Amino acid sequence: MASVSMTINGKAVRANVEPRTLLVEFLREHQRLTGTHVGCDTSQCGACTIHMDGKGVKSCTVLALQCEGAQITTIEGLANGEELHPMQAAFRENHGLQCGYCTPGMIMAAIDIVKRKGHDLDEHVIREELEGNICRCTGYHNIVKSIAAGAKAMRGHAGLQQAAE
Amino acid sequence: MNAHLSRRAFLQSTGALVVAFGAADAGLAQAPGSAGAPGRVLDPARVDAYLALHPDGTMTIYCGKVDLGTGLRIAIPQMAAEELGIGLEKINLIEGDTALTPDQGTTAGSTGIARGGVQIRQAAATAREALQRMGAERLGLAPADVVATEGEVRPRNGGAGIGFGELIGDRQFALKLDAKAPLRNPDDYLLVGKPLRRPDIPAKVTGTHLYVHNLRVDGMLHGRIVRPPAVDAKLVSIDESSIAHIPGVRVVRIENFLGVVAEDEWDAVRASRALEANWETRDTLVGDEALRQSMQAGPFESDEVLLKKGDARSALASASDRLRSEFYWPVQTHGSMGPSCAVADVRDGKATIWTASQGTHRFRFAFAHFLGLPEDAVRLIYLDGAGCYGMNGHDDAAADAALMSRALGRPVRVQWMREDEHRFDPKGPPQLLALEGALGSDGKIAAWRTEMWIPKATASLPNVPLLGPDAAGAKQPMGISTGLISQNASPPYGVKNVDVLAHWLKDAPLRPSNIRAPGKIANIFAVESFTDELAAKAREDSLAFRLNSLEDPRGVEVLKRAAALLGWQARPSPGPGGLGRGIAYVHYKDNENYVAIAMEVEVDRPTGAIHVRRVACAHDCGLMINPDGVRSQVEGNILQTLSRALFEEIKFDRKGVTSADWASYPILTYPDVPELLIDLVQRPHEPPLGAGEASAAPVAAALANAVHDACGIQLRTVPFTRERVRTALSGEGKSG
Ligand code: FES
Ligand code: FES
Repeated sequence: MASVSMTINGKAVRANVEPRTLLVEFLREHQRLTGTHVGCDTSQCGACTIHMDGKGVKSCTVLALQCEGAQITTIEGLANGEELHPMQAAFRENHGLQCGYCTPGMIMAAIDIVKRKGHDLDEHVIREELEGNICRCTGYHNIVKSIAAGAKAMRGHAGLQQAAE
Repeated sequence: MNAHLSRRAFLQSTGALVVAFGAADAGLAQAPGSAGAPGRVLDPARVDAYLALHPDGTMTIYCGKVDLGTGLRIAIPQMAAEELGIGLEKINLIEGDTALTPDQGTTAGSTGIARGGVQIRQAAATAREALQRMGAERLGLAPADVVATEGEVRPRNGGAGIGFGELIGDRQFALKLDAKAPLRNPDDYLLVGKPLRRPDIPAKVTGTHLYVHNLRVDGMLHGRIVRPPAVDAKLVSIDESSIAHIPGVRVVRIENFLGVVAEDEWDAVRASRALEANWETRDTLVGDEALRQSMQAGPFESDEVLLKKGDARSALASASDRLRSEFYWPVQTHGSMGPSCAVADVRDGKATIWTASQGTHRFRFAFAHFLGLPEDAVRLIYLDGAGCYGMNGHDDAAADAALMSRALGRPVRVQWMREDEHRFDPKGPPQLLALEGALGSDGKIAAWRTEMWIPKATASLPNVPLLGPDAAGAKQPMGISTGLISQNASPPYGVKNVDVLAHWLKDAPLRPSNIRAPGKIANIFAVESFTDELAAKAREDSLAFRLNSLEDPRGVEVLKRAAALLGWQARPSPGPGGLGRGIAYVHYKDNENYVAIAMEVEVDRPTGAIHVRRVACAHDCGLMINPDGVRSQVEGNILQTLSRALFEEIKFDRKGVTSADWASYPILTYPDVPELLIDLVQRPHEPPLGAGEASAAPVAAALANAVHDACGIQLRTVPFTRERVRTALSGEGKSG
């Protein structure tokens, strides 16, 4: 067992973990943040995407121990109380999901894209950037629409966004 | 919903619902073996089985069908609320709980709305009639002079009404479902036909939705299954010292069933990987490469003539020029995004199983049987899983959890690993078709024969045999389950001489089950590709070729609409090169939806890559309950089937599946997604049909036809990999 401390959704967390424990396992089981989903455990699907120090990361590819001192944001940490993060609101408005299993990873990846590529995302950029996130319900069109709308809406919410990180 | 519930709180939250509507009917016996929660009526012939009005004016719908990400969760309340005359916000929906909901059949075959919803709508119509009678009496009016609306019975000519809750009060009555209870006129619909939002979306975007993967119950252990390296392997020995370093792990071994449990999920994962097991394996499978040939060799169960019109054999024999082509569809997986998962609590002579099953009622018998419990001691409760598109591994995971829970006397949660899903979920079966046809002197199809080689589903098999019980040596009815895979195997174009012959195979490689639009995708791929081959032979535009012979006006309409959306230019195929366009049509199961799909593609000759640019779909499913839901299903059908046609084939050797992850079994990703143009036909006065399958059926044929138009090759073997396209291009014209 090894000790690790990090900040998750703005809260300081310290825990003892088996050294090979994956971050996704740590989040879901130890922190009971089950909004982050496991899809493949082989880093091929993107369902487990979270933000680590503000960057999109597949949490099945990182050990919990590697997050020592890191700022972690999960899907549960995006909304401000009742107020959804603009990207979440965009997925809701645009029916950006079917079963929704891939959705938390899509939303986290989408916010990461906005940070890297700005608020005016054309469809082409969104598609290329999301190559690592797959959706078997294949609701790709509504997802792309959601992300384009969410990216625009995030412009006014920079403060909120920083608070969430 | 809080993802961590105590078991008691969970049971109370779903089990303590009061039935105010028809609770005490002395003659109201439940169907044998269908005991529900106290006070629940489960007999599908009773209104009370579906609907409970509460004194506070709210209503609970008990629905045997489940929402698989498909939108039933809004569509069914829309239908019930509309018919009864109550606000949607007053409705609570419970799905797929064997103790609470009536058995409305498995949620499969796109029957959620067409059967499940329609039954509930009829229950609501029956209830409304009764409420109107009661209300009229209280108001001193004739039943014809009152209306049921906004949760009240009101005088037709205005004035104060009486709330449903107040009308019910503590009076009791029991109602049989009245198949003749009049339905509202669709012209007056206020809710049905509107793209209302699904209620589950907010929690799904905040990460708080209760998927079965997220359920934790008190005292629960985490389990993982240790899978054999080959199908039908025998477990010879295990070495428990190999996991001695992982604290608190327990091994569950029942004959060839091997699993591990631990308090901590990660310990269970580690133990399942570290546990050394010695298996005796055999080479029992044919392997993907030899599969196609083996299907024509048998062994066969029987030959069956599925359709015979006129005399196709002699018409073909006397035709001067006939065509024959073979089409092959490989084994595919459902490929759910999430690994299958379930939680089971089996102890004290009872079993409660939380499962993402499409058929909680259907599987109750199977679970009771292998657990050795009476059926009414077993409760299966549906919770959302990842989309499944047919029976994936969810039911197996539930059986795994139940076996381990029974062995340990504690609740057990089992989640499969990705490779379990790819290797062991039941698969879509392979299909091989040979088509023969000839044109008449009028340039129309004069004769047609379909021969197909497909596995025969075992008659009256109650369910797909489950992996865990099989390995554990529990007796269960064995056999093959496929869904209805022989439908839509003949052309819908008024051909006078048609034969459809099925060579039913005794076996199927790997364990088959139903996969989205079972069989129809491959059959329409063959039928509609071959129709284009005949059109090309006639030097006729493929749209005109179909329209010349199609009589059904709803079919004609979708074909015309899809072609118009794409901007169809009439000319024979193949075209001059560059962009190619193709079209395909289905009258689903010959009596359900009408769908036409037109598609535009580009073929990159050097690489063999097919780029799908635009897909146009016109879709007629009768009365659309929720157009937004229909659109999502249609989009999903199109893209998922493009994925299946372009990329997907389960590879397996003589021991088992070798394409065990997303790298070896690639699926469509964002960059491959075409533009979609969708035209939904609303037909308020037609019965509502499902939308979860039909539009998948014409996709592969439209794609193959577009490729042919673009570059002159006819692809007849799925998937249309780059290698296949390149090979076909190198021998242009005579490809397969
Ligand atoms: S679970 Fe991490 S990428 Fe699939
Ligand atoms: S919505 Fe089902 S996998 Fe994406």
